[in-house]
Amino acid sequence: MQLFKKETHIDFMGGRRLAMILSLVLIVIALGSIVARGLNLGIDFTGGTLVEVGFPNAVELPLVRERLSSEGFGDAVVQHFGTSRDVLIRLAPRADIESAELSDRAFSAMLNLDSSADLRRVEFVGPQVGDELTEDGGLAMLYALIGILIYVGLRFEYRFAVGAVIALIHDVIITIGLFSIFQVEFDLPVLAAVLAVIGYSLNDTIVVYDRIRENFRKIRKGDSQTIINTSLNQTLSRTLVTSMTTLLVLLSLFFFGGEIIHGFALALIIGVVIGTYSSVYVAGSAILMMGISKADLMPVKKDDEAVDETP
Amino acid sequence: MNRYPLWKNLLVVVVFLLGGLYALPNIFDQDPSMEVSAQRDAVIDQTTLNRVDGVLQQSGITAKGMSLEEGKLLVRFTSTEDQLKALDPIAAALGQNYTQALALSPDIPDWLVGLGAEPMYLGLDLRGGVHVLIDVDMEAALTQALERYSGDIRTLLRGEKVRYVRIGREGEAVIVKFNNAAKRDQAREIIYEEFRSLILEEVDEGEDFLVKATLSPTETQSVKKFALQQNITTLRNRVNALGVSEPLIQQQGDRRIVVQLPGVQDPAKVKNILKATATLEYRLADTEHSVEDAVNGRIPPGSRLYHERNGQPVLLKKQVIVTGDQIVDASSGFDQRSGQPAVFVSLDGIGAKRMRRMTNENVGRPMAVVFIENRTITHKVNGETVKKKIKVEEVISIANILEPFGARFQTTGLDSSEEAHDLALLLRAGALAAPIEIVEERTIGPSLGQDSIDQGFRSVMIGLALVMVFMAVYYRVFGLVANMALAMNLVLVVALLSLLQATLTLPGIAGIVLTVGMAVDANVLIFERIREEIRNGSTPQASIQAGYEKAFSTIIDANITTLIAAVVLFSFGTGPIKGFAITLALGILTSMFTAIIGTRAVINLIYGRKRVKELAV
Repeated sequence: MQLFKKETHIDFMGGRRLAMILSLVLIVIALGSIVARGLNLGIDFTGGTLVEVGFPNAVELPLVRERLSSEGFGDAVVQHFGTSRDVLIRLAPRADIESAELSDRAFSAMLNLDSSADLRRVEFVGPQVGDELTEDGGLAMLYALIGILIYVGLRFEYRFAVGAVIALIHDVIITIGLFSIFQVEFDLPVLAAVLAVIGYSLNDTIVVYDRIRENFRKIRKGDSQTIINTSLNQTLSRTLVTSMTTLLVLLSLFFFGGEIIHGFALALIIGVVIGTYSSVYVAGSAILMMGISKADLMPVKKDDEAVDETP
Repeated sequence: MNRYPLWKNLLVVVVFLLGGLYALPNIFDQDPSMEVSAQRDAVIDQTTLNRVDGVLQQSGITAKGMSLEEGKLLVRFTSTEDQLKALDPIAAALGQNYTQALALSPDIPDWLVGLGAEPMYLGLDLRGGVHVLIDVDMEAALTQALERYSGDIRTLLRGEKVRYVRIGREGEAVIVKFNNAAKRDQAREIIYEEFRSLILEEVDEGEDFLVKATLSPTETQSVKKFALQQNITTLRNRVNALGVSEPLIQQQGDRRIVVQLPGVQDPAKVKNILKATATLEYRLADTEHSVEDAVNGRIPPGSRLYHERNGQPVLLKKQVIVTGDQIVDASSGFDQRSGQPAVFVSLDGIGAKRMRRMTNENVGRPMAVVFIENRTITHKVNGETVKKKIKVEEVISIANILEPFGARFQTTGLDSSEEAHDLALLLRAGALAAPIEIVEERTIGPSLGQDSIDQGFRSVMIGLALVMVFMAVYYRVFGLVANMALAMNLVLVVALLSLLQATLTLPGIAGIVLTVGMAVDANVLIFERIREEIRNGSTPQASIQAGYEKAFSTIIDANITTLIAAVVLFSFGTGPIKGFAITLALGILTSMFTAIIGTRAVINLIYGRKRVKELAV
């Protein structure tokens, strides 16, 4: 079976202005939402206490709230998690109780409600740890980008490196932006997923760049735009097939992997879709706009010198 | 012709067999079990085994098996219910000198164990348990060190007969005040000779001549290091006494300690034991003065006002007979006369001598036992983190000294036998060198852990099946070969995780799922190349050759960049995230082997030896 019966000849670069407008609009909306609404940060970053309790039967939330407030947790946020038998309780810090003890008190309140309640999960993150994680998370993303910039710069040429990083930033901003727009909880696994998106999206971009480099060296006629177009068409079915297989497993993870892994799977699904788009449009357009030409990648043997000589 | 040299074919076969072998332990069930180990001078032998066997028969629980291993007794059960049911009777029968830890023990054949094959090490989020991150209060450790120096300098100057006006800690320094410069200079020399680790500074303040002693940077470092090490040791003692199999207690950064306790189901108890700074003090009661006067604010010098647990005020002497530091051993039990829960305490030489002298001199007078506990409460006020320290001091027992006693005696007055047990544990394990605070906790109940394993396993299988069907339909014979490589890749990842004993976490499983999706990428690249070559008119054999060759550098480039992301993730991440980074990185490495060399070996086997007109790609 084949996605395309014949070789495709889609003029991707001809549509690059349209794509650029689309990307810019998406980025502006994403950034706008991140600035205006912010992220629905999980307790990994904000600090706080979260208790998940499993009950043998479906449980009414008002009952849970009532019990909690009678034990002094009036401001607890209560919701079902996955099923109506599971309850997630978020607790605000209190001045008179040691934070690490909050969860124990809340759970014993639940035991009073139903003695066969099952403590499924406690997450408590102190405020100082949360702040550190936020900082570390930001740094990690920065380090990943710098590492990639250096590797691609060495293996290809600086314009490819810049193009790849632009495509990555594009993907990361839009992915995080969607989490902000829909106020989906952004926790540590989601951050890990965003970093994995960096890896994935780059994988796609590198495959495209690899072909562009090869074709610049191989094809004698045609301007940069034509060669980039040819390369994109040649790699198109691979790009789509790989995205498809990855999406298949991610959907399996999203639907069967359990509630805890939901946000993680969602971030990757968004990232893979955006990453596929960006490896075709953003990565290609970026190097074209930076004026890549055959001369930059010739001759093959003196590749490194060619990089040094580019102004 | 596409043919692999023999060694390459052998390599693929050998790697596959080894991978299968080391992945094998994972398909065996893990039995709920109990590890019984001895404390102090007790021993584990056939007698212990027989006793446990007897207890189990009495309670009507059948063990799946029992064995003696490296000074431990391992009892296997058929269900978790039996395991939990057996805990109390065994603990009661064996008594104080043995600890019981609940564990999961794989039931793998001996020949596999002999090869060093083990199942994957499951993270806490999969097996259930308690993870806490503990922050050591370094400022308090430094303050304590300064207080200690201030006392030592006092003793030193007294010994050398150098008169000073005042000695005390002020902020981050010890200040010694003199009334003339000559004495100050003399003292400075003496202090300098004795305490090289202090930085001494001479300050003149009008009539006062001061020596200002601060800790040198190396001393500051070593005080901090010592506090951390000491706390780790104490925490380890406490955890060992709790009875947890495979506990992890590890330094993280320069002031934090990670404690991971797999299988522990009562986080409240664990946290209380870990962070407790509880200790005991023995003081004489002040019977000469009136308690009412003291309550009204007229506390006699040399005495202090305390309260009993029921709120009753008591007046005690300031002078302490014995502190918790002098307690070398403690165990819990019941008072023979009253049947009340009691803690039996043994003192060290100095403590015993003091106790003997004081009780000798004060027969018939009341002595009090003070229970001391420190707590830290952290909360945010207007975005600022505020720490509040609370010291709880309660008199738990006050009784007349009937006869003089020395090194061994008992203390009653505790609320329950559980409290007696916990206090004995704390006294035995020693005090913490610096106050600690729990700054992070992640507890996963056993039910959630099992759910995560089941759901993770299911999503891997469904994802794998979907990808395999897609590949078979899309690339036909080549797709089937890629599927073989994919399955082999999964086996290799599992084998490597088992071999390295790297922790498998829930995000780690997600990493495996992701690898399944991305592992076929290399094959997609190769197969698309082969198709292109065929379209360009190459012969089938040449197309295979060119397809693999041309795709190679692309695959390497693409995978190395993903590896960079995985390495960054690993270096910054904590627990679960590290698990994701590990499986992602391992998956990338193994997939390069299986997708390039593995598939090529099979493709060569199918097409390499004969003339082929058409490829099923």
